[in-house]
Amino acid sequence: MALLRVTSPHTQRAGRRTSWVMLMVILATVPGIAAQTWLFGWGTIINIVIAGIAALLSEALILSVRRRAVAFFLKDYSALLTAVLLGIALPPTVAWWVTVTAVAFAIIFAKQLYGGLGNNPFNPAMVGYAIVLVSFPVPMTQWVGAHELLASGAIPTFTQSLQAIFQHLPNIDSYTMATPLDGFKHKNELSSAAAFNTIDALQTASLNSWLWINGAYLLGGLMLLWLRVITWHTPVALLAALAAIAGAFYLIDPNHAATPLFHLTTGAAMFGAFFIATDPVSSCTSNRGKLVYGAGIGILIYIIRTWGGYPDGVAFGVLLMNFAAPLIDYYTQPRTYGHQKAKKGLKIGEDN
Amino acid sequence: MQTASVFSFHGGIHPPENKTQSLRLPLGRPSLPTELVLPLGQHIGQSSRPLVNIGDKVLKGQTIAINNGFLSSFLHAPTSGTIKAIEERPIAHPSGLSDVCIVIAPDGEEKWSTLTPLQDWNTLSKTDVLAYLAEMGIVGMGGAGFPTQVKLQGAHKHPLTHFIINAAECEPYITADDMLIREKTIELVLGIEALQHLVEAEQVIIGIEDNKPTAIAALNKVLSDRLSNIKVAVVPTKYPSGGEKQLIQLLTGKEVPSGQYPADIGILCQNVGTCVAVHDAIHLGQPLISRFTTLTGDALKAPQNVEVLLGTPIQHLLNYAENDSKKLKRLVMGGPMMGFTLDSANVPIVKTSNCVLAASKKELPQPAPEQACIRCGMCEQACPASLLPQQLLWFSKSQELEKAEHYNLFDCIECGACSYVCPSSIPLVQYYRHTKSSIREAREAAVKSDLAKQRFEARKARQDAEAAEKEAKRLARQKASASKSSETKKVAPKAAPAAAATTATPAGDDSKKLKIDLAIAKTKLKKLQKQLLEAQENEHTEEINTLQLQTSAQEKAVALLEEQLANAVASAPAPVPKAPASDELKKAKVDVALSGTKLKKAQKQLAESPDDAELQAKVAGFEKELADAQARLSKLSADAPASSTAATSAAPKAAVSDELKKAKVDVALLGVKLKKTQKQLAESPDDAELQAKVAGFEKELNDAQARLATLTDQAPAAQPAAANAGDELKKLKIDTAIAKAAVKKVEKALKKAEDLNSPELDTIRQQLKDAQQRADDLEKALANPNTTAPSATPTASSAPAPSQQANADKQRKIDLAIAKAAVKKAEKGILVLQEQGQDQAQIEASGLPDKLSAARAKLADLEAKGESPAATPNNAETTTAAPDEAALKAEQIKKQKIAAALAKAQINKLTKRLADSPQDADSIQLEITAAKQKQQDAEAQLTQLQLAQVTPSQDNTQENR
Repeated sequence: MALLRVTSPHTQRAGRRTSWVMLMVILATVPGIAAQTWLFGWGTIINIVIAGIAALLSEALILSVRRRAVAFFLKDYSALLTAVLLGIALPPTVAWWVTVTAVAFAIIFAKQLYGGLGNNPFNPAMVGYAIVLVSFPVPMTQWVGAHELLASGAIPTFTQSLQAIFQHLPNIDSYTMATPLDGFKHKNELSSAAAFNTIDALQTASLNSWLWINGAYLLGGLMLLWLRVITWHTPVALLAALAAIAGAFYLIDPNHAATPLFHLTTGAAMFGAFFIATDPVSSCTSNRGKLVYGAGIGILIYIIRTWGGYPDGVAFGVLLMNFAAPLIDYYTQPRTYGHQKAKKGLKIGEDN
Repeated sequence: MQTASVFSFHGGIHPPENKTQSLRLPLGRPSLPTELVLPLGQHIGQSSRPLVNIGDKVLKGQTIAINNGFLSSFLHAPTSGTIKAIEERPIAHPSGLSDVCIVIAPDGEEKWSTLTPLQDWNTLSKTDVLAYLAEMGIVGMGGAGFPTQVKLQGAHKHPLTHFIINAAECEPYITADDMLIREKTIELVLGIEALQHLVEAEQVIIGIEDNKPTAIAALNKVLSDRLSNIKVAVVPTKYPSGGEKQLIQLLTGKEVPSGQYPADIGILCQNVGTCVAVHDAIHLGQPLISRFTTLTGDALKAPQNVEVLLGTPIQHLLNYAENDSKKLKRLVMGGPMMGFTLDSANVPIVKTSNCVLAASKKELPQPAPEQACIRCGMCEQACPASLLPQQLLWFSKSQELEKAEHYNLFDCIECGACSYVCPSSIPLVQYYRHTKSSIREAREAAVKSDLAKQRFEARKARQDAEAAEKEAKRLARQKASASKSSETKKVAPKAAPAAAATTATPAGDDSKKLKIDLAIAKTKLKKLQKQLLEAQENEHTEEINTLQLQTSAQEKAVALLEEQLANAVASAPAPVPKAPASDELKKAKVDVALSGTKLKKAQKQLAESPDDAELQAKVAGFEKELADAQARLSKLSADAPASSTAATSAAPKAAVSDELKKAKVDVALLGVKLKKTQKQLAESPDDAELQAKVAGFEKELNDAQARLATLTDQAPAAQPAAANAGDELKKLKIDTAIAKAAVKKVEKALKKAEDLNSPELDTIRQQLKDAQQRADDLEKALANPNTTAPSATPTASSAPAPSQQANADKQRKIDLAIAKAAVKKAEKGILVLQEQGQDQAQIEASGLPDKLSAARAKLADLEAKGESPAATPNNAETTTAAPDEAALKAEQIKKQKIAAALAKAQINKLTKRLADSPQDADSIQLEITAAKQKQQDAEAQLTQLQLAQVTPSQDNTQENR
């Protein structure tokens, strides 16, 4: 009778493996992807497919170079998740090589070169996004507009999307237009009210399409919360901070600042709050830390959107707070059972 | 009956309960096994001491082992029978190791010993009741096995606000406490009341999880019937609510401060099993000999709870619960969250075994392969101690022990909740256990290195003090010997009568006293140092400091005494020689030898019958005789140098080296005697007589050594004639042979002792070393005359004569023969050692190889010389005397060089010995000074010779410098 000799505990919560966690996050993006496809055409899905293939290939390549078990690590779906998030974040009509560049950079440089899953200090998807945003600014700002406002009167079809991505769509400009954030950023000296009246991107149709998308991602995020894959701390802190700072500036100068609702329902606000900022590897660990981390991202998003060089600030906000996460962790340790107060910083040798 | 408010704690998990399986069948009572195995360490703390022997008959409930110190417990026979064995048996322990167990073969009669219930527990003093509980072998039955009386004593430190009865039983599968409450509700309540009488807490709360409705109902019924004020607090089912700290938080809202005990905040926790055991002990007089245990798991066809005798092998229980051995893949002692796996079912149930989980492969599958931590934080949400398990894992993996400690690793209760929820199947608890032990090891290592540093510094200080002391001594001795020699020369005839009285002079008395004091002080110091070393090894930190203080004080005292002694010795007038008479000398020598033999014989007899007063008197008489004879001898030998100096060249027979030999023999004899007496003294350290004797011997020895030193100093000055060399050589050879025989004898004894592994091994080894040293000395001495004698010749005879040349030739031949013999001897010695199977290091340590090479070098030298003299006579006839002289001088230089080298070697050896045996420091010091003197003389002569012969030996001198 060969008895198994292992240490306690002897049981494990069934089913909730790391791959399950990744899969749940991927599935939670489905409402958002559906909304994006409905509103902007097949480009998002094509992007996700391209990104997925590129991610798995680059992950497999690096794993074999690093002499790790390829199948074992590919099965944890973490590379696929990065690909899905990138595919969602990139414009629907962006050229395929932009996607591949972003994904390859995310997987190879931002993830595997740091030691693979669990060791990357930065959110890989956002690193890939930032790289292509900085490198190829023009294709990165070409978003499909709401079909009511488009010159062509309709969103690109599947073949048109394929053509746009793999070849060149001559009349691409008739499908794309500025996003609401872009439009608001370039209102220049116009007052808010004037801007919302005159600028195309700030028309109700355009705003509504982004409202739908953000609502869909909020739904997915609530699913994740319900599944306890993520905790409420990061997204709530992020959205609350964003709303608070937007509200504050709106109260100060309602003529030039946008409403908090505008900030919460345009761009990648919800997507960033529930899917990007909650990446556990590169974010803070303790609940209090997550609150600080989320709030930091929210504030950075507003700052970049309002005074920065880019229309949206989720990627840079997240990356900047990734830098700060270890420091925040040291100062937001929870109070351990039996201790008077929580430890702060890293004073070794000093107890309680 | 009242209900209590319930708080909550952070984290926790809800694993599948799996409690129903073992509750389907009623409480089982397995049959008696063929043997009961009772480990002596069923509790925290030291193992119990067995009270019974193999073959003893014991009755049920009879004490078979008693507590071994404060934190220990009693053990009782669970049934009547015979003690079959007391031996190492595998026990239920995470390490899988064995431990000493008492094995009882039951006789099946279940005959109880007389039970004496503690009827008057209400009126007895609490200490008596606690002692009674200790004797009943009651320990905490929840898991740790902490002796209950110790825990209750600790609870008296602060007034108790809460007395909590832990009935939560949060681990999946386990239902033993549930069943116990159902079956023994009234006993439980009575036990709680007895304990409450002992601890007098403000409120008594039974904490029980809401998944035990039957037990809760039973408890409530009994409590309301008795109108008890014991509260029942039903806590939600959540693992690990049964953890002591978590239950306290659940029931009181308080947290046990980190590193403290519940008693420190006025809370006491007891397991329900312990309460029932207390009831059984107080009301029934039954010791703790059985317990409730859950037998469960898919591998059992009849999972159930059993009331089982301690010591029952688990295999017996598995058979009772219809184990399907094919399905059994993991055998867990305890629950699935915190239990540990067993290697086999061949281990016994002990006081803390609450569950045996015989799991199938499907039930508890192999852990999935570990994946990377994605810091998902599920562990953090589950941790009941509010730790950051993902950060702790990070620090554990990277061995950042300080950071892990900073993140409160030691507040981890190893409940396993984090591992349970980890999506990457990381065995977190195992990482933490490992890191905890690493930190503990590091702490221990730090303590040890601190101690080692202290030890090293103490040793260095001691060595420095010793060196300084030696230097002071050496200076004192130099001064003393200088004054001695001058005195000797100046007042040689005059001081003769004074010499006899030297021993009576106050200075002599003083030095004697000082020496005794010094000896005692040194012994004390040694003892203290030993204690200090022991304390350091055992890490008794508080002792170390006091001991160190004492040791340094003692060291100072010793140093002071030694200084005084040195002063006394310096001021004491040296014994002054009388007119010589070699006949008398011989006689005296014979006397000394005779009385020495007699004394030895008597001492041997005395050792055999130590109480014989007559013999003691005899020994004393012999000793006196011997002392007289030696005194005479010393007087004579002291005279000898004076005579020889007086009759320098006129009396070539001047027996300086004879005297030297004798003095050496004296020293050796005295050394042996001293050692013997010291040994006796060690056996009976309180014997004042012996101590006095030792002191006397030491004094004699020192005197003899001093004499020896003087003689050795004078030896070169005496310049014995070449003719004398032969005689001396003979004597030396005989001495050497005797010493060698002694060496062999001791070696034989050593071998025998080694075979018998006797405790005297060390003493014999020491003897052997001494004997070898003596033999070496003699051999050196044998070599020295050869070198000193010829060196004397040229100064004695300035002009070379044919007769002298012939003499020199003869001498050379003798030298040659002796050197050859020495080489052979050394070779033989090495061979003997090799035959005895001693390794190379030991052979080298014996110094024989060195000796061999030295002897060979000399032989070669002599052979070379033998050829040159053969040539020189021809030269002397044909050419002038000058080159002949030059050649002679060259040889002499060579010889002097050898002499110097030999003396140096001896000094080295002696210094080494000094380091090895600091107790003989005095004698060795004297020998060293003698040897140094010899070396200086040799070198002085060498330079003289070289100066006299500048041109031919220029290269040599240059080489030397």
